[in-house]
Amino acid sequence: MKLKFAIPLVLFLLLSAFLWKGLRLDPREVPSPLIGKPAPQFVLSDVHDPSRQFSSRDMLGKVWLLNVYASWCESCRDEHPLLVEFSGKGLAPIVGLDYKDKPEDARKWLDQMGNPYTLSVSDLDGRVGINYGVYGVPETYVIDKSGIIREKIIGPVTVSRINEKLVPLIKELSR
Amino acid sequence: MKRLLFAISLLFVVFNVEAGEAVPDAADPAIEKRMIALSENLRCLVCQNESLAASQAELALDLKQEIREMMKKGMSDKEIVAYLVHRYGDFVLYKPPVKSTTLLLWFGPFLFLVLGLILLFITIQKRRSQIADSTLSKDDERRAQSLLEQNQ
Repeated sequence: MKLKFAIPLVLFLLLSAFLWKGLRLDPREVPSPLIGKPAPQFVLSDVHDPSRQFSSRDMLGKVWLLNVYASWCESCRDEHPLLVEFSGKGLAPIVGLDYKDKPEDARKWLDQMGNPYTLSVSDLDGRVGINYGVYGVPETYVIDKSGIIREKIIGPVTVSRINEKLVPLIKELSR
Repeated sequence: MKRLLFAISLLFVVFNVEAGEAVPDAADPAIEKRMIALSENLRCLVCQNESLAASQAELALDLKQEIREMMKKGMSDKEIVAYLVHRYGDFVLYKPPVKSTTLLLWFGPFLFLVLGLILLFITIQKRRSQIADSTLSKDDERRAQSLLEQNQ
């Protein structure tokens, strides 16, 4: 009989546990269906020299990062110094995808903030972004030697995301 | 009065012009209707509490344009949804598909229904067993009879 009184309490605790867990989830982190799938191919022109075309195929055989950024994007400003620092380590080339931005604005921005990108290409109409399922700039993709997307970071990279996620993964994939 | 009416009608003209400007590239009303019907069932990824149809976020506008173009190419609604799910995952669907990870979501309510029915059944059984079959003794019966007669 005494146990019966405990039932509401147990149910309440269970509910609280679920809600508590729910508080800590980030609803913006939508798992990408593209992880484990081939990275969509694209050919786009260079931000610095629009006559030069870059094909994502050129990166086959390398572990590389695709970083989606834009000069109009506020949180890109936050992550940018970290990317500059990361590129200095020489772990993997970073290709910048300048998403729905004017190349001249992007050039100005890179001149001001430093350029972490091995190469940066313009996605003027956002088509490539759509193919990659971009919905919140900045986003960063880790692509392996055979062109498979291995990881996607939504939102700005942080020190902990770089150290705990990116660096170990890149080291493992580069082996 | 006439003047007032005229002023009001002028107002409508102004609104109409603005409304016309707000919806670019809606040349084909049939496609526009189909696009809106389809995108009402899709979630906007930028402002997650809005449907793609209602959202004015840049990405939502782009995606709606993409949907229009796919419809013009003659793609079916199913193919268009598959295109979006391939890029953004099941998250874009307001109605998630039935698969192993969503079984609990789909059938959980029925599970609770069955659980409730079982509980109800057990409770009824218990109560039934608590009702003792009591027959009145001869004395009690007589007393009851006399009480009833008194009341009449």
